[in-house]
Amino acid sequence: MTDDQVVVGLEVHCQLDTKSKLFCGCSTDYRADGPNTHVCPICLGLPGAMPVLNKRAIEFAMKVAKALNCSVLHESEFSRKNYFYPDLDKAYQITQYDKPLAEGGYLEIESDEGGERKIRLTRIHVEEDPGRLVHMGNAERGRYSLVDYNRAGIPLIEIVSEPDMRSPKEARKFLNKLRATLEYLGVFDSDKEGSLRVDANISIKGSERVEVKNISSYKGVEKALTFEVTRQKNLIRRGQRVERETRHFIEGSGITQSSRSKEQEHDYRYFPEPDLRPLQVQSWVDGIVLPELPDARRQRFIDQYGCSLNHARTLTGELKLANFFEKVVAADPKGLSTLAATWIADTLIGELNYRDMGIDTVNPALMTELVTLLKQDRITDKSGVEVLRVILDQIKNKESPETPSAIIVRLSLAKTTGDDTALKAAIKEVLAEQAKAIEDYRAGKNGALNFLVGQVMKKTRGKADPAELNKLLVSMLDTMEA
Amino acid sequence: MVTEKEVEHIAGLADLGINKDELAEFTHQFNAILDYFDVLDQVQGDTAITHELTNVMREDVIEPSLPQEDVLRNAPAKEDGFIKGPRVM
Amino acid sequence: MAGEIRFEPADRFNAFLTICKTAPHGDGKLAGIPVAVKDNISTAGIETTCASKILKGYIPPYDAHAVTLLKNAGAAIAGKTNMDEFGMGTTTENSAFGPTLNPCDPSRVPGGSSGGSAAAVASGMVRMALGTDTGGSIRCPAAFCGIVGLKPTYGRVSRYGLIAYANSLEQIGPMAKTVSDVSLLMQVIAGYDRHDSTSRDKPFTHTPSADIKGKKVGIPAEYFGEGVDPAVAASVHTAVSKLEELGATTVPCSIPSMKYALAAYYVTCTCEASSNLARFDGVRYGPAPDTKKSWHDAYQEVRREGFGTEVRRRIMLGTFALSSGYYGKYYAKAQIARENVRNDFARLFKEVDVIAGPTMPTVAFKLGEKSDPLSMYLADILTVPANLAGIPAISVPCGIAGGMPVGLQIMGRPFEDETVIDVAYAYEQAVI
Repeated sequence: MTDDQVVVGLEVHCQLDTKSKLFCGCSTDYRADGPNTHVCPICLGLPGAMPVLNKRAIEFAMKVAKALNCSVLHESEFSRKNYFYPDLDKAYQITQYDKPLAEGGYLEIESDEGGERKIRLTRIHVEEDPGRLVHMGNAERGRYSLVDYNRAGIPLIEIVSEPDMRSPKEARKFLNKLRATLEYLGVFDSDKEGSLRVDANISIKGSERVEVKNISSYKGVEKALTFEVTRQKNLIRRGQRVERETRHFIEGSGITQSSRSKEQEHDYRYFPEPDLRPLQVQSWVDGIVLPELPDARRQRFIDQYGCSLNHARTLTGELKLANFFEKVVAADPKGLSTLAATWIADTLIGELNYRDMGIDTVNPALMTELVTLLKQDRITDKSGVEVLRVILDQIKNKESPETPSAIIVRLSLAKTTGDDTALKAAIKEVLAEQAKAIEDYRAGKNGALNFLVGQVMKKTRGKADPAELNKLLVSMLDTMEA
Repeated sequence: MVTEKEVEHIAGLADLGINKDELAEFTHQFNAILDYFDVLDQVQGDTAITHELTNVMREDVIEPSLPQEDVLRNAPAKEDGFIKGPRVM
Repeated sequence: MAGEIRFEPADRFNAFLTICKTAPHGDGKLAGIPVAVKDNISTAGIETTCASKILKGYIPPYDAHAVTLLKNAGAAIAGKTNMDEFGMGTTTENSAFGPTLNPCDPSRVPGGSSGGSAAAVASGMVRMALGTDTGGSIRCPAAFCGIVGLKPTYGRVSRYGLIAYANSLEQIGPMAKTVSDVSLLMQVIAGYDRHDSTSRDKPFTHTPSADIKGKKVGIPAEYFGEGVDPAVAASVHTAVSKLEELGATTVPCSIPSMKYALAAYYVTCTCEASSNLARFDGVRYGPAPDTKKSWHDAYQEVRREGFGTEVRRRIMLGTFALSSGYYGKYYAKAQIARENVRNDFARLFKEVDVIAGPTMPTVAFKLGEKSDPLSMYLADILTVPANLAGIPAISVPCGIAGGMPVGLQIMGRPFEDETVIDVAYAYEQAVI
């Protein structure tokens, strides 16, 4: 380690995608419904109600433990973590303390230097989510809290890493890999808002550790940690001490703030949950069959589809994306894979992100058709992008998207092949309009030819084949009368 | 021996609060009871309870939730379906 | 035949907190029988307070499993009975709504914490009642009021809906004037409940038998030691002789871990209670907190006003015992002590079938007599071992001392509630 080495550890909480809550039968599908509509005596913490453990939550957690190479304990148990907060209706959270479900394990990520690095895990355990608190009012109107217990009792898996990450970027990669793995296992839905929360621990070697709590987005983690690295390094540079403390991340401004004033020193007074019984599930491990995980799928994309490492990495980075790719090339993998990989990884993803759309809004068949047309050289790349944008805009506007073929006809995007009359006419028009550029070209000025190419492209609305256009333009320029 | 200050601290941990006029007598009684508990120091052995029952679990099946009115009925203060409480900050 | 009963007793003993003047009932084993339910057991639509101000006005939206079973058997829920607040006490003087009086002598306590249920039965207001027993809270009032009360084996009766005081120790149990009625009520409420993860699949289908020939009865020295009133001890010795007349043999024995039992009990129950009672803050139920205050200040006010002194004391003891640095000294040690108690009983039960002794070291105290908390706790010394070990224990009346009833306690092997009932029945039938 270097002297000012950054050291990062993460505690990641993910909601497990079960149908019912961890300790009761309330449905977990609460996001579209009104407050306090997915609540029963158990998750409301009414006096006398008792928890009963959801078997599927444990099965899911064990899949994760196996996929991450953890050791499942012979016997684990649930404990009470006691503290007072409005969103915690029993005034204790049922979690796992000294006997978690599993310990050890690791996750491999792409390190900053290239190559793979193993990030070790400390433990994995299962616990319940508290409710949701809304802060209301202000100094004038009187502040108070509003609480919705729909989220109370949702099963969470907590994955704790060793402080093995060496930069905010590695932390983001760890999170992405973890998220993808959980998606591939079918135990986690990352599209659900708030389904993943992170507490990060960060220090500069030799200085105190700072905890940043409750970061709820992947980008947020990298931002928060980047801010912290700067803040801590500045303190050290000025000869000041980094204080060991808890901070929270302010998503909007990208800064972290001290939580000192809010939090008292917590004494959680853990003890085993007397209403639940111990788990002895080590024997389940052998019987767990894991699906294909991200690393294996990445390798398969390289082997089976001839994808480059980078493309394979991008395409398998999200389960839905990987599935989309395979659907697109299914009709003709040999013929379509290379082009499809490029167009999906390098173009489609960007266009989707720009429009804040998910991959599952796009029918793979449309992509298959587009890639096929491109492969047949029926349209230029530029036209291809235009077609894609039209389709995505239509989907975003909740219209039924046209097929690529229909768009090409409607917008006359089909490449002109063989017959270059239209092209010559377009070039002639441009040459007539752009006297200055012609002068620049003759004077040997560098951008002039490209400028003229651009002007012709405009006229032909991108339909012209660039290579052909270039050749023709140069020949017409050179044979022009001065 | 627990002091009055420590008793106040414990009352704070338990979000109970204790009146100043109760503190002295409370502390005295508290200590008498804790003295009695000291007999546990002599307990030998290190095996705690072994439960006969293990792996008590239920299937992942949805069951009806309470209607919102039932959830809110006993709450003294509510607003728009939320339960209202004092401010946190 | 389903119907409705009218229930309007003259409650001279403050046994009831809520009386259901018209109580519907169905058909079944208990058809039309009015049953009183201790006020820490949830009853849908009927106020359930645990005799505490902090739950005044709380109407549960669900029934405890035991209550559902009562209704399924056709019982009429007659009302909710008074108790020590949250089950914390041995006299029912810790109720926020006034003490219950002992029908045998209204200047005395009925015992606790199920004093209301015991008084309701002893005075003839109801034939049967449900109580709860965490450290003796069914058996003590049964002994003090001269009725029969059973603490079932831990796990035999569902705790779903029982407002928790000490989860690892308590059970709902039947109380009545006769062993037969206790047994009948036990048939209804015992059995597996999927809502209680500690529930055991052990239904109770027994009718009491008076034949105890050949049964071996252990007589532990610790149950007749110096803390026990000589008149009480004498009554119980006479009762034990009666058992011998009926064909049982007595075996002197010892329970060395009794030495730690009371401390182990009070550490365990206060720790669990400190956590169980933390949810009472007036927000989802109970008295409204002052929303102009900040959370912690509002909470403290509600809890300081809403909980009685004894409840606050026990919450603080438990909070202290679980707090940083003390877990090993108190809670962990208490669980080891419990295991020792369990092992002592297991060892004894290899030699004997049941263990007999007094239920309480004295007869019922005068109201206001026990004001020092620790001396109150010491009164539980003979009842807590059965809770620590999770074994069944019954109290059946065995004579009078100083004009007040004395209780004979019979304890048995885990899940041999039937044997415990039989020994009590045999004795009861022999002295009718």
